[in-house]
Amino acid sequence: MIQEGKIPNGVKGMTVIVKTIASWVKVLIILFGIYIIIFGHLTPGGGFAGGVILASSYVLLMLAFGREFVEENLSLPLASKLDCFGALGFAMIAVLGFVFGGTFFVNFLVERYGQPLELLSAGTIPLSNIAIGLKVGASLFLVTLVLSISCKGKECRYE
Amino acid sequence: MDMAIFYILLLFIIIAAIIAVETDNLLSSVICVGAIGFGGSLMFLFLRAPDIAITQIVVEVLGLIILIRATIARDLTFITGDREFFGLVVSIVIIFVIFLAGIRVFETLPDFGTAIFSKVHDAASQTYIQKGLEQTGAANLVASVILDFRAYDTLGEATVLFTSIIGATVIMRQKPKKLLEELD
Repeated sequence: MIQEGKIPNGVKGMTVIVKTIASWVKVLIILFGIYIIIFGHLTPGGGFAGGVILASSYVLLMLAFGREFVEENLSLPLASKLDCFGALGFAMIAVLGFVFGGTFFVNFLVERYGQPLELLSAGTIPLSNIAIGLKVGASLFLVTLVLSISCKGKECRYE
Repeated sequence: MDMAIFYILLLFIIIAAIIAVETDNLLSSVICVGAIGFGGSLMFLFLRAPDIAITQIVVEVLGLIILIRATIARDLTFITGDREFFGLVVSIVIIFVIFLAGIRVFETLPDFGTAIFSKVHDAASQTYIQKGLEQTGAANLVASVILDFRAYDTLGEATVLFTSIIGATVIMRQKPKKLLEELD
């Protein structure tokens, strides 16, 4: 992410007004996405909604600053790795339920910690929310990035 | 009785799958794939999962329309003469039967605004509502359903998203195509 006071002001992207406001708003959007994911078992929301919000912050940056600037911060291989990591985490939670609870996807942590309505409660549900949020956010960012790369015909390619 | 219907549906799906693989006509194959989907939807209905049955029907109709649109230019055989009249009669009879069945279904629907599960006392949703908090510890009932009671569904959704991302990335990339052209 870019630092305060160092807004790149080249020819790429939109005007200075859009760039300045996007660089302020992105922090709020990312914080809101993280809140939606972490409180997914207490308030409306969850992994899918929070992941979409996280991806939308990067899409906003891509619209305001251009694709190359976003690719420097979150490159395509890194986003792909985050995507795979989220999917692997969610599958591992299911397999751990099989190992410790006896059934695939059983909530084996529900009695171990916390009371209902606390932040640390509900067993594997917050962990699943975090994994799904990571996965959905990286996936939607990847879709936008790939579509924006391929729109230029033969000239555009990536490694 | 329910199990007998279930096994008949299973046999129907297996036969449709074999025909879909073995037939030469592409349009017949697509229609057999659609029959598999509708059979699966009926099976979900008998397994007391009407919401998944509705989802299956919607996805199946959309996929069938797209597949027929993609294959209709290739394998289209026009029917003329007596067989045209026969086909017309059969179509009208089928539409009439579906119309009557639709009227019968609409008569049995509950009033607008009341939950459809209020008529079924041992429905799964009652268990979710009454025991969701104590069994999963999650205050958000939606989270307890999608990540605990029906986590398989969420795993399937995540897999669909993952597969679609892989497909988009593979189709959109340019470099391996050039490598393949160099190899030829």
